[in-house]
Amino acid sequence: MAQMNMIESIRSAMDVTMGRDPHVVVLGEDVGYFGGVFRCTDGLQRKYGEDRVIDAPIAEGGIIGTAIGMGVNGLRPVAEIQFADYIYPGYDQVVSELARLRYRTCGDFFSPVTIRTPCGGGIRGGQTHSQSPEALFTHVSGITTIMPSNPYDAKGLLISAIQSDDPIVFFEPKRIYNGPFDGDPEKPAVSWSSHAKGEVPEGYYTVPIGSAEIVKPGDDLTIITYGTLVHVAQASAELTGVDAEIVDVRTLAPLDIPTLADSVRKTGRCLVAHEATRYSGFGAELVATIQEECFYHLEAPIERIGGWDTPYPHAFEWNYFPGQKRIAAGIRKVMEAE
Amino acid sequence: MATKSRLHIPRASARPGEKPDFSYLELSPAGSVDRPPVDARTRDIENLSSDMVRVLDENHEAVGPWKPDFDARQLQVSLRWMMLVRAFDRRMWQIQRQGRISFYMESAGEEAVSIAQAVALRPGDMCFPSYRNQGLYLYRGTKLVDMMCQCLSNTRDMCKGRQMPIMYHNRNANVFSISGNLCTQYPHAVGWAMASALKGEDHIAASWVGDGSTAEADFHYALTFAAIYQAPVILNVVNNQWAISTFQGTAGGERRPFAARGLGLGIPGIRVDGNDFLAVYAVTLWAADRARRGGGPTLIELVTYRGGAHSTSDDPSKYRPKDEWAEFPLGDPVERLKLHLISEGAWSEEKHEELEKELRDEVLAAWKEAQRFGTMTEGPFLDPSLMFDDVYAEMPAHLEEQRRQMLAIED
Repeated sequence: MAQMNMIESIRSAMDVTMGRDPHVVVLGEDVGYFGGVFRCTDGLQRKYGEDRVIDAPIAEGGIIGTAIGMGVNGLRPVAEIQFADYIYPGYDQVVSELARLRYRTCGDFFSPVTIRTPCGGGIRGGQTHSQSPEALFTHVSGITTIMPSNPYDAKGLLISAIQSDDPIVFFEPKRIYNGPFDGDPEKPAVSWSSHAKGEVPEGYYTVPIGSAEIVKPGDDLTIITYGTLVHVAQASAELTGVDAEIVDVRTLAPLDIPTLADSVRKTGRCLVAHEATRYSGFGAELVATIQEECFYHLEAPIERIGGWDTPYPHAFEWNYFPGQKRIAAGIRKVMEAE
Repeated sequence: MATKSRLHIPRASARPGEKPDFSYLELSPAGSVDRPPVDARTRDIENLSSDMVRVLDENHEAVGPWKPDFDARQLQVSLRWMMLVRAFDRRMWQIQRQGRISFYMESAGEEAVSIAQAVALRPGDMCFPSYRNQGLYLYRGTKLVDMMCQCLSNTRDMCKGRQMPIMYHNRNANVFSISGNLCTQYPHAVGWAMASALKGEDHIAASWVGDGSTAEADFHYALTFAAIYQAPVILNVVNNQWAISTFQGTAGGERRPFAARGLGLGIPGIRVDGNDFLAVYAVTLWAADRARRGGGPTLIELVTYRGGAHSTSDDPSKYRPKDEWAEFPLGDPVERLKLHLISEGAWSEEKHEELEKELRDEVLAAWKEAQRFGTMTEGPFLDPSLMFDDVYAEMPAHLEEQRRQMLAIED
């Protein structure tokens, strides 16, 4: 085992899969010579060559479109979109082509593209470097949508993603690249070295796609969340003294409904939280699913916390971000309901 | 110059009731354009993107440096393929008009594009077609009956009822799946070609879009990537003058030919008489050789005319003169190859008519066979629960559940 932050573990996932399979190629803006603006591909081009770690022009639609063609021709492309906020020029290629190629050709053609993209706020990135557009992808049939919350899961899930024959959008919450973030921007940054999930095997292993994880068991209520908010939710629960069970969704689509529903059936109370804007956010799907699965076990209405329904504001980041105070208030509300 | 800016709205040269006017179309005499070596520098062959490569002259003779090596027998076979495409289209159009399929798109007037280019490519080369390239599927061995069964969404449909008519694919023949979203296949072709080069193979890719689709972002992504990585790919723009009701000027064709779109990126462009089978074959072979020898991409503009409607859903008499095709200076590709063969003494009107009848019968026989696998009104029908397959490589639990729900309701 080694200590890794999320950048190192993601890099290690690509390194391990590239070493095992010559068909794995990486492409994206600044991923080659420079090693990526977040350093996730640092050293890979020196190790595997310029034709397997390809510096691409600034054309997200072209990166995803050509990656699809490479995948059809037997490669396993890992396309990096530098910020999730930049993915929209490639959205048509994801929705109309990548997601449906297997379906429309009855399996005769498919393209095993993994799209990696840093998402989420907390880094003073304003509107164009802070978005969480996961719901735009969970809504698309045929796409697998993943968002890990720690280095161990990130590596294991990314290896699974690259090996999968399905197209995958792999969101990397950039605020927790270097350490877990509990939602309090005033506190000094914490590194992954003191976190159990910062222990990462150096070699090959996988974390299965489509499985949620109970990261902290508890009896009083279930908090269903993913990405950065997994850590914020734990701190928020501690603030309230409530014995919360924290469920990390990890794979948003296809969703691990049994793990989520079993937890809520046990606790009888549920709060759903994500960074993305609330309206039509993925939380709506989670709430609806829990309502369908657990209605007769619920002792309180399900609470839903998200980013406010505004664009991500630069100077008011910490008023916008669903931090400990908002989540704690939500927890109290669910606990106080009779 | 005027003293203030003005908004220029491109206008078609003729609309219904007006006299067809192709004076905007610049032509070169057959045989007049030089054939450069395949390793020529783009800057030295810029003329190819504005001149027009033509081989068949007004006497139907093949002339000039682009005249390819073809014997009469090979040309007869090629003519037969073009005639088969036309016979197939005519029948399917009729069938749609009878309400027996929901939709159709014919390629009348553009048959030389698919057939001549398919003949010039090798079987291992990958084709990324647009929706008017049925000739590619047929030439590469897709059976008429399979094309028809796709249009019928019946039990033999290659798409299992998931795609509207004409959205074919053929994995074994290396012809990709057609998308209704335009130009999306262009970057796929470039990525495929990049992978081919990366793997050290000498297969190339080719893709086709219409003049209208060149305005899509994907067109520019594809050209940019192809140029940067010198992908072994042939990017074809089939300039058939019309995108539904919008003439090619509204796609940006008024000032410079589409073939010149790649020059700024260093991609050679060739403008070719798209209704001249021999010229289309010759330029495609040139571009394929260039790509196979590491010369990178070529953009080919095939100047042709969409002889029919855009699809069965529009009536072209509402937006263009009815007699426009008859006035098109590059004529009809089938007719021109026929007259060439006749001028060579290798064909006759009688043989042509005989072959037309034979092909009509072949298509009709295929149609009869196709219906045995089901029609829109009579079985056998596809099992609707197949709709849940192939969304993912393995069916996830929520789709299993939805399939169960659908079957429970249908029972």
